[in-house]
Amino acid sequence: MAQNEPVDPGRLTRDEVAKVARLALLNLSDAELDTFTGQLEAVLDRAQDLQEFDVSGVAPTDHPYPLVNVLRDDVSEDWSGVGDAALAEAPESEDRMFKVPPALGEEL
Amino acid sequence: MSDKANGENRVTRPQSSAVDLAASIRNGSVSAVEVLSQYLDAIDAGDSEVRAFNTVLAENALQDATKIDEQVAAGNDPGPLAGVPVALKDNLCTNAIPTTCSSRVLERWKPPYDATVVTRLKQAGAIIVGKTNLDEFAMGSSTENSAFGPTRNPHNLERVPGGSSGGSAAAVAAGFAPVALGSDTGGSIRQPAALCGVVGLKPTYGGVSRYGLIAFASSLDQVGPLTNTVGDSALVYEVIGGHDRRDSTSIPEPPQPVVRCLEQGIEGMKVGVVAELSGSSLEGVEPEVLARTREAADALAAAGAKVETVSVPSSVAGLSAYYMIAPAEASSNLARYDGVRYGQRQPGPNTAAMMAATRTAGFGDEVKRRIMLGTYALSAGYWDAFYGQAQKVRTLMINQFDEVYQDFDVLLSPSSPCVAFPLGAKADPMTMYINDVCTVPSNLTGHPAISVPFGTGRDGLPVGVQVMGPLLGEIPMFRVARALEEIAR
Repeated sequence: MAQNEPVDPGRLTRDEVAKVARLALLNLSDAELDTFTGQLEAVLDRAQDLQEFDVSGVAPTDHPYPLVNVLRDDVSEDWSGVGDAALAEAPESEDRMFKVPPALGEEL
Repeated sequence: MSDKANGENRVTRPQSSAVDLAASIRNGSVSAVEVLSQYLDAIDAGDSEVRAFNTVLAENALQDATKIDEQVAAGNDPGPLAGVPVALKDNLCTNAIPTTCSSRVLERWKPPYDATVVTRLKQAGAIIVGKTNLDEFAMGSSTENSAFGPTRNPHNLERVPGGSSGGSAAAVAAGFAPVALGSDTGGSIRQPAALCGVVGLKPTYGGVSRYGLIAFASSLDQVGPLTNTVGDSALVYEVIGGHDRRDSTSIPEPPQPVVRCLEQGIEGMKVGVVAELSGSSLEGVEPEVLARTREAADALAAAGAKVETVSVPSSVAGLSAYYMIAPAEASSNLARYDGVRYGQRQPGPNTAAMMAATRTAGFGDEVKRRIMLGTYALSAGYWDAFYGQAQKVRTLMINQFDEVYQDFDVLLSPSSPCVAFPLGAKADPMTMYINDVCTVPSNLTGHPAISVPFGTGRDGLPVGVQVMGPLLGEIPMFRVARALEEIAR
């Protein structure tokens, strides 16, 4: 859907939910798709009340505390051992690297 | 030890405050091991019914308590929380101890480090007794969304403890630990505190480090204590609060000096009762909850505060803004659970298939719902209407609350519209979300808020009254909370 097309919030289709699930790397059954579509639609319906607010000229808030960057002194720290500790919890590793199945070569 | 033994449907017991326990342990009149043993016995006797804990760390805790006793014997001071048993919500990282978020995807994961709040508790002499159950990834208001099964309310085992910090609230209410830590993204400390009859604090955003708190919605998440008394809440806040260089959103200041201000009284303080959150128009609100809130306001007036009703029109829209912003942030934060670096992995013929299989098997329905809701709210074409609009309404809300705080020191409302409800009663997601209506405004504004037990409602179950303060307004908030606690006794 193009950015400037008028949105009809609250009208959520099953196809859209399927697309969103694909983007989020979730495999859903047909029954799950039906259930989630109805449930998500109810939330979006409810969120219509957000449209009642006049927000022209209002800046968005993405962080509630007026904080600017806090910088530390530029001194080196000892992080030895951290890499090994992190790798110890990996499902699979080899030569101090995380190992995954082929990224290419098999179509999803 | 518990009433359960007498055939009652509850698990509670009389308890000492953490302040008193630490004092007795520091002056040697009781040993940390004795204190810990009483709590471990209570867990043994009651947690098969309550199911507050995912993990009990009896052996580690006994070793730590022994060290505290050795320090006292040697004439050293172990710290303000000397020997006080503390339960940790299982989304706070503990070095080499499983931290699951009550999710299959992190089952058996052992973090390689402690969260900053855990380090600070230990430095203050606290004893970590276990990790408590939660709604998976802190998404829920009943602890029913845990992959390991629900926690029960110690006041009535057929009822939910609230959530998502339901295990922590239940642990304190049942007498399994005098102190627990929770996390609060939309009310996840205050609502279970209210439903379990304990004190629950959400500090100012940035007041307590989030380093080692597993992220749900980063602009809303805060760590805070659940305790039996307001004094304990203040003490724990001072121990865990203050700047942490490992959290880039941490306020570079020490915590507010709340402990020494607790007994200053409320003479002349201005208290506003938020009309939209405290009237019968509030969705799903029980009349008994409104009555207790009104009584709290009247009692504060009788104690010398100036109490008025005040309107904050945007406060009710907080719920919709929250249920766009929190899932949006969650969809981003939870992208990291892909089976590559830690946690569970399901096999797949290629990386993408492995990741999808891992996430599909690893996440429960509520987590999937919120990831999809967030992905949708952030997607091209809908971003402006949902996420962008919610962020702007968030600004309006902050401005409105800031304006109201020009005239009031604190604001009052119920913590939850209802008392503890039966397990399974709110299976419909939207019905569950409405529970958060009173608590989400403080997360969106970043302001501090605390739930204090104030009498009982339907079926004799606890009611919590919420005291909200302005940004870094912990001192006035704690003074009023302390007054309410005194009145409720």
